[in-house]
Amino acid sequence: MAAHRCSYSAVLFILFNLSVFIVVDSHQTTLTNDHHGSVVDNPQTASETVEQTAAQPAVDDRRWEATEVEEEAIPDDASTDTQGTSTPESVVLSSLPKPKDDFQEELVVRPLDSGDIYASFQFRTLWETDFMRGNKVSHYRLFPKSLGQVISKFSVRELHISFTQGYWRTMQWGQPFLPAPPGAELWVWFQDTVTDVDATWKELTNVLSGIFCASLNFIDSTNTVQPSASFKPLGIGNVTDHQFLRYATLPREIVCTENLTPWKKLLPCGSKAGLAVLLKSEKLFHSSFLSQAVHIRPVCQDQQCKTTSWELRQTLNVVFDLHTSGQSKREWSLFKMFSRTLTEACPLASSSKIHIDITDNPEGEQFELSPATPLLSQAVVLGDRRTFSVYDLTQQTTFGAVRSLNLLIRWKSSEGHMLRPLLHAERYVAGYGLQTGEIHTLMYNNHPFRSFPVLLLDSVPWYLRLYIHTLTVTSKGKDNKPSYIHYQPSKDRLRPHLLEMLVQLPPNSVTEITVQFERALLKWTEYTPDPNHGFYVGSSVISSLVPSTVAMDTNSTREQPLFSSFFPCKEESSFFVRVYTEPLLVNLPTPDFSMPYNVICLTCTVVAVGYGSLYNLLTRSFQIEEPSPGLAKRLANIIRKMRGVPLL
Amino acid sequence: MAAPLTLLLIVAVTIRAVLFRSSLAELIAERVEVVSPITAWKRVVEGLALLDLGVSPYAGDVFHETPLIIYLFHFVVDYAEITFMLADVITAVALYMAVKDYNKQVFRKQKFALEADRYPHDCLELIRSPREMYYIPLKVAMFYLLNPFTILSCVAKSTCGLNNAVVAVFILTTIKGNMLLSAIFLCLATYQSIYPLTLCAPAMLYLMQRQYIPVNFRRASFWWFVVQYLFMYLGSLFVLICLSFFLLGSWDYLPSVYGFILSVPDLTPNIGLFWYFFAEMFEHFRLFFLCVFQINVFFYTIPLSIKLKEHPVFLIFMQLAVISIFKSYPTVGDIALYMAFLPVWSHLHRFLRNIFLVSCVLLACSALFPVLWHLWIYAGSANSNFYYAITLLFNVAQILLVSDYFYAFLRREHHLTYGLYLKRKDGSEATLVLK
Repeated sequence: MAAHRCSYSAVLFILFNLSVFIVVDSHQTTLTNDHHGSVVDNPQTASETVEQTAAQPAVDDRRWEATEVEEEAIPDDASTDTQGTSTPESVVLSSLPKPKDDFQEELVVRPLDSGDIYASFQFRTLWETDFMRGNKVSHYRLFPKSLGQVISKFSVRELHISFTQGYWRTMQWGQPFLPAPPGAELWVWFQDTVTDVDATWKELTNVLSGIFCASLNFIDSTNTVQPSASFKPLGIGNVTDHQFLRYATLPREIVCTENLTPWKKLLPCGSKAGLAVLLKSEKLFHSSFLSQAVHIRPVCQDQQCKTTSWELRQTLNVVFDLHTSGQSKREWSLFKMFSRTLTEACPLASSSKIHIDITDNPEGEQFELSPATPLLSQAVVLGDRRTFSVYDLTQQTTFGAVRSLNLLIRWKSSEGHMLRPLLHAERYVAGYGLQTGEIHTLMYNNHPFRSFPVLLLDSVPWYLRLYIHTLTVTSKGKDNKPSYIHYQPSKDRLRPHLLEMLVQLPPNSVTEITVQFERALLKWTEYTPDPNHGFYVGSSVISSLVPSTVAMDTNSTREQPLFSSFFPCKEESSFFVRVYTEPLLVNLPTPDFSMPYNVICLTCTVVAVGYGSLYNLLTRSFQIEEPSPGLAKRLANIIRKMRGVPLL
Repeated sequence: MAAPLTLLLIVAVTIRAVLFRSSLAELIAERVEVVSPITAWKRVVEGLALLDLGVSPYAGDVFHETPLIIYLFHFVVDYAEITFMLADVITAVALYMAVKDYNKQVFRKQKFALEADRYPHDCLELIRSPREMYYIPLKVAMFYLLNPFTILSCVAKSTCGLNNAVVAVFILTTIKGNMLLSAIFLCLATYQSIYPLTLCAPAMLYLMQRQYIPVNFRRASFWWFVVQYLFMYLGSLFVLICLSFFLLGSWDYLPSVYGFILSVPDLTPNIGLFWYFFAEMFEHFRLFFLCVFQINVFFYTIPLSIKLKEHPVFLIFMQLAVISIFKSYPTVGDIALYMAFLPVWSHLHRFLRNIFLVSCVLLACSALFPVLWHLWIYAGSANSNFYYAITLLFNVAQILLVSDYFYAFLRREHHLTYGLYLKRKDGSEATLVLK
């Protein structure tokens, strides 16, 4: 245990050093970037000051939304902080005086280069309260009571749960704002006051299973792991002892309407008003990818972090395939995708906005957006500076004369250049037969000249027995020894394998990780009802600080769009990315399920043959066989006896 | 006599060395008939790799060797091939010497009996001549070293070969009459796989016979001997277990090695009876049948000891056979050990009833194992029942083989007491039956 902690702190140290190195290394480039950025920033700030007058002779007749404020003095150490350690400044919200609770909603639409449409809903409820106090919180306004009770009953520090149908294709779609693996994923940090974490976890999963109508009750010790480095708290809190962390995935979980409905019920406006009216299940589930998630974490109210509040972030990401919707021309509208238009914002929301990503369309040559909006915004998200058209639903003018907003994107040209994601991963099973196999994980670093470290987390069920001595990591044909390996072998029917590695990915390379496994024969009752379908192995999780092309926004005090503020950013030169690989489907050898009685009978017969023959030889002795007279003779003798004549 | 043995050893080592260098070695090392979860070399390497990673090898469910094996291979992992070849050579030489010594004693005993005129006169053809006994030790060594089962086991680097070596040395020391060494090696064998525990009885019987201590519960000398032997045995077992504890600093190995052997959690197919039976078992009967099956291995010790108390070496053979048939994770290496004793009982051949049938079944099954495994696991055209059927047949054949030898042995003893050509009351030729 001590060794683990040692190596863990060593990893932190390495990360720390690396980040310092990267900061220093990229100083030259970022300087020029900054310079350039400030040139761009100047008109923004200028425009901001005159926004009230609305009489700005701008470059064109678009306005810049006041999302980017002047750079503030950042504490020096903030830039050298690593992702691993959380500081109170990690998530700090605007220091404006606020009511005790606050609700924001946001929809981001990004036309993907593959021709698909990515829509990401985010609903954030903030509540300045303390669930952990002795007296119970009884008055709930915006925060859902069911979740509040869960937090206080199970002493949850952070809770992240996602249900995903489909697989996010990073190579075609780029990085999502909020990554999620196929199936269900749940990870929870408990307060350090919890004594029996496993029992609390078991209870919590059962309760969540009820709240979300999902099979989370199938989470048990055989699919729960405690990652040592991959999942750090995203909110405030400096507890990094991973004994209070539990992580589990159910790759087989099917997500459908019954999971969406309870999720929508957690929203303050339900699906009655605001952006949530668009969430109609008959359209949402007719999509290439759907991921709904709930994230609960404590965040700071202000920069000094004097008061903390609980943040509930409900997100729903959906990718629609325009080509399957039947139209030959590429055209997208709210009505077409969601079969609803927007008529109002949620009355309880303090902010309600729609962002349309128009970065690739600065002059309107790619697609046409209607109704046009004069409001523009820029945000740095996933290491890239993006430009968005913003529709503020709290403004009545947004809805126009028809009192209904139906956004429409009409494409003019179909060519699109895809910026390859810097980090990308895939995984597959190699080998044939049902005895052994090999898991291959490929990690692509598409950065042209920078190498960066990634943390790989693999949780493999016990019935695929991993042989860690067969682990190989190769990049560019050379052995690439991981600088940190945390391996917890499995226990049969008790816990899965956990493999965490810190691997340095060389620039512009593919790193291949292979490990061999053996397939176990299970008891006949341990197979799923369709055993020959195979068994799922959850996605690998790859967490990394990827070098950013633009300066990241480390100052989290400013008002940011929700989609860009989820992962706290600690340094300007890199941004945090989590990539999930495909889940695996692995076949196991199966016994004949119709045979239990036969097998018991036949095997017992063989044992009985052994027992019988030995028993026979042990208890009997050799004797001379005296032949018994034949049957005819015996019959004759009986008759003779009755007749009274001498026997034969 | 040493020259043929040396030649045999050279041939055996050459075969193994060639196979180690060939591409077959990898294939053989994966065969479930040759390696079990306890003895697989892959798992030994895994245990060492875990140790290198700073994880206890017993933290997971892959490594089930004893700490001494880890300790041994920590040093000789690079010379594993030589170690396993050496283990086979030691086994063969130990068996060779043991059988040579045993034959001398048999001959001496026979001579005394003849001089005392204890045998019936028509039994002369049952008397064993030195000429036929001369090559038996060499045949034993040959049966062990050139047995395909042993070769496969050695090429797969199954640690079963090491266990066999320990058992063979135990037999040698017992036959040589060294009580202390016998107890120590028996303890080593027990420590490796529990089941050799049942060899305690024949060892004590043999040593008592050598020291002319009558097997009589009312005699103090008998009890004194039993206490002495058990003290040495349990004492060395205690030392070994404590040593293992100090090697790794935890008791984790106890459930991981012995719990694993006794509770059979790993249902990887093998040539034994356990895997499919417990894969298909109803959960609430599992414990009951587990107890029944495990007791079955130890169950025959007492009745066999009573029946064969005059013939402890045959008892050792019987016990080894019973263990290798009914143990929880048998491999072909276990079978090879008791099969090496078959030449010792070559004088029983005239009384064997179905040796031809049994050897045909054993050969056919050995050929069918890989075929049906391929059909089930790789081709997908058969299912588990096919492989299971072959394991059943293989075990029935083994049981018939062992019980046949047992029958023949008892029958010969009977003839040596009552004469070979028995007559009925009416003077006609009699047939002998078990009643």
